[in-house]
Amino acid sequence: MEQRTTESTVIEFRDVAYTLPNHQRLLSGLNLQVKRGETLVLLGRSGSGKTTTLKLINRLLIPSAGDVLVNGSSTSKTDVIQLRRSIGYVIQEVGLFPHFTVEKNIGLVPRIEGWPVDRIRGRVEELLQMVGLESKLGSRYPYELSGGQRQRVGVARALAADPAILLMDEPFGALDALTRDRLQHEFLALQRRLNKTVVFVTHDLREALRLGSRIALMETGRLITVLPPEDFLRSTDPLASAYAQAFAEATVPAANRGTS
Amino acid sequence: MNLFHFILQNHEQVLELTLEHLWLVGVSTLLAVLIGIPLGIVSACWPAWNRPVLGAANIIQTIPSLALFGFLLPVPWLGDRADRLAILALTLYALLPVIRNTYTGIRGVDPAVVEAGRGMGLTDSQLLLQVELPLSLSVILSGVRVAVVVSVGLATIAAAIGAGGLGEFIFRGLAMVNNQLILAGAIPAAILALSADFSLGLLERRLRPR
Repeated sequence: MEQRTTESTVIEFRDVAYTLPNHQRLLSGLNLQVKRGETLVLLGRSGSGKTTTLKLINRLLIPSAGDVLVNGSSTSKTDVIQLRRSIGYVIQEVGLFPHFTVEKNIGLVPRIEGWPVDRIRGRVEELLQMVGLESKLGSRYPYELSGGQRQRVGVARALAADPAILLMDEPFGALDALTRDRLQHEFLALQRRLNKTVVFVTHDLREALRLGSRIALMETGRLITVLPPEDFLRSTDPLASAYAQAFAEATVPAANRGTS
Repeated sequence: MNLFHFILQNHEQVLELTLEHLWLVGVSTLLAVLIGIPLGIVSACWPAWNRPVLGAANIIQTIPSLALFGFLLPVPWLGDRADRLAILALTLYALLPVIRNTYTGIRGVDPAVVEAGRGMGLTDSQLLLQVELPLSLSVILSGVRVAVVVSVGLATIAAAIGAGGLGEFIFRGLAMVNNQLILAGAIPAAILALSADFSLGLLERRLRPR
C-alpha cells in the first residue's frame, strides 16, 4: 500500500520492526502516522509494544528495520540530542532528579541550552502556573511532593523548551483514581491551549477514550487498528470489542451483574 | 611506666609518626580516588571494561601486603625511597573499594531518572556529571571510607620496609617484646581509623540523596 506523507504528518512509522538482541521480536511491520496537534493514544496490554513504539520516536530505541520520521526526516539522520530536546518526554515513574529542586528540574533543558537566567526563571514560573502548581513549590525537592504534584512537575519539565511533540508513557498510571481524573481533565485543558502533537501510551480504555483524538490498538507487537474514540466502542474488530465489553462490564457494579 | 606515661614522654615521636602515618594514608587515598573514580566510571559506562578493571583490582587485593612491599622493593625509582613504595602499595590496595563503589553507585542510580535524563536530551557527559555522579556520591564516598580505614591498618606494615608511620612502634615493640611499645603504635592507629570512619560517615550521610 502506497502511503503518502501529508504536510500535517509530524511522526511517521514506515514498516518499523524492533527486535531485542536475543531475537525476541517486540514490534513488527508498524505503519503509523501521527498528525499535527492530535493526541494519538497507543492502547494495549503490557508487552503489546506500545512503550517500544514510543521510545522509537525519541530514539531511546533504534528500529531494527524500517524508518521513523519526525517532521519529515528520518530520526536516524537527525542529531539525537537535538531530536530529544525538541520532544517532551513524560514517564510513569516521572524520573525527577532527586538532588535538584523543582525549579532546577524544570529548568534543566533551558539551562543546558544556554538560556539567560531570568528567562529560565520566568519560564519556570509560567510552567508551574500552567500545570497548576503554586510557585512556592519551586524551591522544594521532589521527595517533598505528593505523587500528583510530582507528575505535574514531570509534565512542566517536558514542556520547558516548548517542544512541538510530547511523548507520554502512562503518565497518570501510578496515581490514585481521583488525582488521575483531575490530571486527565487538566491535560485536556492544557492540550486545547497548547495544541501539541501528543503520543500517549496507556492500557486504560477509559483514559484512551477520554484523551485521544485517535486510538491505536496494539497487541503482541502489532498495530491492530486505529480508530477515533467515538468509533472504538462500536468497532467490529474482535480485540477492540473485547476491550469495549470489559469496559462496559467494569462500569456495572458487581451486585447488578448477572441479574438482567 | 604505663602506656599513658610512655606516650606523654615520647609525645614528639608519637606525633611525628602519626603525621607520617597520615601522610602515607592521605596521599595514597588521594591517588586511589584520582585513579579509581575514573576507572569506576569507565567500567560502569562501558560494560566491556567492567570485568577486566574490577578483576585486576580484585587480584591486587589478594596479594599479601608484606609480599607486595617486597615485590616492589627492587623497582628502580620506587625502591629509592621507602615512602614512595609504601604509597604505591597502599594506593593499589585502596583502588578496589573506590572502583567498586563508583561502579555500584553509578549503576544503582534510579533507571527512571536516567531514562528521563536521556529522553530530555542530556548528552552522556551531562548525564554523568549532572545526574549520575552527584547521585552516586554517597556510595562512592563509602568506598573511600573503606579504603581509608583499610589503609590506616595496612600502613602500619609499611614500617617493615622503613617507610615510617605508627608501625615503627609496633615493629619495635614486637622485636623488644614490649607490649607498651606495640600499643603506643596500635592505639593511635586505631583512633585514626575510627575518627576517619566516623567523619567520612557523617559526610556520606549528608550527601545521600533523599
